[in-house]
Amino acid sequence: MPSALINVPAKAKRGSVIEIKTLMSHIMETGYRHTASGDVVPRDIITSFICRFNGTEVFRADLFPAIAANPFITFFTTVTESGKFEFEWIGDKGFSETAQASITVE
Amino acid sequence: MTNSDHTTRRKFLSLTGGAAALVIVRPVDATPAMLQAAIRNVVGEANVRTGKVKLDIPPLVENGNTVPMTVSVTSSMTADEYVKSIHVFNEKNPQPNVGNFYLGPRAGRAQISARIRLADSQKVTAIARLSDDTFWSATADVVVTLAACTEEAI
Repeated sequence: MPSALINVPAKAKRGSVIEIKTLMSHIMETGYRHTASGDVVPRDIITSFICRFNGTEVFRADLFPAIAANPFITFFTTVTESGKFEFEWIGDKGFSETAQASITVE
Repeated sequence: MTNSDHTTRRKFLSLTGGAAALVIVRPVDATPAMLQAAIRNVVGEANVRTGKVKLDIPPLVENGNTVPMTVSVTSSMTADEYVKSIHVFNEKNPQPNVGNFYLGPRAGRAQISARIRLADSQKVTAIARLSDDTFWSATADVVVTLAACTEEAI
């Protein structure tokens, strides 16, 4: 199930700054909504997003219920060598997803 | 008889006038204690200055469930001068925090974007922490026509 969408350029020049776009499909239930019968819908969100490059953390985010459903996060990073980006989403109810993307630096 | 009629109308006018005055008197810049507490949680006792941070968010949104937001910070992003983190807060959602984003010198450009939820027309504040531990902020007003969070789930 392709629940994550990652956009990383396949190739980049050494030392250049690239933009990374990530989208994880997730309901991001706020925990502030009620059903018609008045019960609170329990919170179910992604709380943490981490991006590592060749094992080193390059970007991290704490997410709150105010992040829209299917969290779409973009950020920048400098590439110095070819390697692999690893993305990790962690959330409520044991949610944990990973994705990977490779980049060739020339 | 006419006299009592007059008094009721006068009473009515004074009451409505008073109510209108109350609405106007309410300070526009009132930031709730929760927001202040959330910001203090991040910045501690440090002084937050305005500037360096640019908060791109549409001033008028139809759907508060997904509002595109971009925060960029003026910084050379070198080992000596970079942005450590960007924190986004809101004024009127049930929770004051929106997101914390941690960067480093190798980010190359201090810019992040995300899609957020807004429960009401309100102010959104972005605060950046630089490598010298100074804090800079930007605030934007957003008018929301369809609020997020409040609708009933099925």
